Amino acid sequence: MTQSAVPSSSPNSFRTGPDERGLFGIYGGRFVAETLMPLILELEQAYKDAKADPSFQAELDSFLTHFVGRPSPLYFAERLTEHLGGAKIYFKREDLNHTGAHKINNVLGQIMLARRMGKTRIIAETGAGQHGVATATACARFGLKCIVYMGEVDIARQMPNVFRMKLLGAEVVPAKSGSRTLKDALNEALRDWVANVEDTFYCIGTVAGPHPYPEMVRDFQCVIGEETKKQMLNQEGRLPDSLVAAIGGGSNAMGLFHPFLDDKDVEIYGVEAAGLGLKTKTKHAASITGGKPGVLHGNRTYLLMDDDGQIIEGHSISAGLDYPGIGPEHAWLNDIGRVKYVSATDQEALDAFQLCSKLEGIIPALEPSHAIAHAMKIAPKLPKDHLMVINMSGRGDKDIFTVADILGVKL
Amino acid sequence: MTTRIDAKFAALKKEKRAALVTFITAGDPDYKTSFKIISGLPKAGADVIEFGMPFTDPMADGPAIQAGGLRALKAGATTKKTLSLVKDFRKTDDTTPVVLMGYYNPIYVYGVDKFLKEAKAAGADGLIIVDLPPEEDDELCLPAMEAGLNFIRLTTPTTDDARAPAVFRNTSGFVYYVSVLGITGTKAPDLKSVKSNVKRLKKHTKLPICVGFGVKTAEQARTIAETADGVVVGSALVSAVADSLTKTGKATPKTAEAVHKLVKKIAKGVRAGA
Repeated sequence: MTQSAVPSSSPNSFRTGPDERGLFGIYGGRFVAETLMPLILELEQAYKDAKADPSFQAELDSFLTHFVGRPSPLYFAERLTEHLGGAKIYFKREDLNHTGAHKINNVLGQIMLARRMGKTRIIAETGAGQHGVATATACARFGLKCIVYMGEVDIARQMPNVFRMKLLGAEVVPAKSGSRTLKDALNEALRDWVANVEDTFYCIGTVAGPHPYPEMVRDFQCVIGEETKKQMLNQEGRLPDSLVAAIGGGSNAMGLFHPFLDDKDVEIYGVEAAGLGLKTKTKHAASITGGKPGVLHGNRTYLLMDDDGQIIEGHSISAGLDYPGIGPEHAWLNDIGRVKYVSATDQEALDAFQLCSKLEGIIPALEPSHAIAHAMKIAPKLPKDHLMVINMSGRGDKDIFTVADILGVKL
Repeated sequence: MTTRIDAKFAALKKEKRAALVTFITAGDPDYKTSFKIISGLPKAGADVIEFGMPFTDPMADGPAIQAGGLRALKAGATTKKTLSLVKDFRKTDDTTPVVLMGYYNPIYVYGVDKFLKEAKAAGADGLIIVDLPPEEDDELCLPAMEAGLNFIRLTTPTTDDARAPAVFRNTSGFVYYVSVLGITGTKAPDLKSVKSNVKRLKKHTKLPICVGFGVKTAEQARTIAETADGVVVGSALVSAVADSLTKTGKATPKTAEAVHKLVKKIAKGVRAGA
């Protein structure tokens, strides 16, 4: 077996992957049970057809404008910039989207594809509940049956989102197997899909899973980066110098990064969750900086696991980042060196969460707080004309209970 | 290349009866008990033994086999120990085919070439890897066949006539027909659909077809044995292990016996269906 990370794309572009087997270098692929294989091939074809159909994109654009509220603003974070004393910092305000995060961009695309394919039952996995809420929202809007798998542990710590999903008419099914968190919710969703192949569409929430999901979810999230490009050209007359985004599975980051991959002067940082520190070995969720390549949930990518290939549950203060894997395209971008993958600890994210709330009047979700934490490390050393974009991928309303608890405040 | 699997099915063909294929999670509930269970299987009527390789995230398995895997891992099961269990079994039995069944990640992490070499040396005859469809054949299937191991393919009700040739292109030993749309040990097989699907798949392959996923009783085994070349029983045996344990999940003197008793019963059904 070849272990080299030879790019699957032409040497002139980082944006042509995956290849016809769904590979980005050695990452990605279609590691699924035979029962699902015909479905995945059908999905691949349906997505190809939809992509080539202008009416599909037109309908999606219309919903992104009127239902989601796009474009989201590119906002100059003036007081954070002053406070850090270096780079000029912008926030891409995905937190202002309907449902409060970037997740809805992808969900709308997939739900419209599901409708096109005649599927009537939608299943999804969720960790913090943001993807579950987005899926439940779109299913309510289009009158589709919605089942969301969520780890029993996550259900207990994300009650508000569980209630939101139920209000929206979704059924929330606890994943009781294994470690009872996001990875187990994904296992349960796959088990459901195998048992209900006829009418069911699996709406995956991140740029992972078997081909074509990493590509498809990326494409639906690219609206973030495409808007950012236009907005920055309008506001500053040039492209940004750096991009920073938090990474769990990596969909908000890929959405921002991908349109800039061939702009070689743009530095790109993906920030993984270092939890209680990478040295703890098991108390973090940094798949690239603290894991190694393996195969899980349909794709080859960096994973957290022990020496025997058994998967280790990730840990992060943010329930949206504690997935033990990462999208395969990120794994490839790491190996070829186009994107720098770094990490921020729980404490650093918590500090960033509070600083941003007080300085900008924006309570960020704990996920983008990791991106802000990295900006706090590098921005002070950068010149004042350095333009930096942080993906504000979601708002922090869902996290106030977690943060209050850690700060010792009773609500 | 003739493996123990080929020899076994050839012998059964002469006997004019179907095979009983038994699945046991290797190392469940502990190494010693697992060895006791497995080494008694041939005498109880098993013709082929599948050693389940424990994995934290078995996406195609139902609650029974998930729990069996976690029990084994908790008791210290590793890929290396599974291979050593095969070796220990081979000291007691040199004819019963051994198939290693599981998921790709532990093998990938162990190292494909190293794993194949050691599995063959330990006395394994074939592999069933759930998350390696034909689209990923160069990962393990082709190297395994080159190493002299059978690569047994799962086929399902979604494997239609258009797809069947691709599924059967690189495979050997026998074919595992998954009788239900779903995970192991949950739904009961629809015996009518099993019959028509086995007949349909026979048009595409000369290999023996064994039917599994959800077979629990001697009666089901009998009916399936009438149309298929073998019957696979897994979850029911792993459940028998679970039911025999103490409240804290430890083996009891009855553990191995409970499994062997059930195998005997189902073996009778298989033989009656010939």
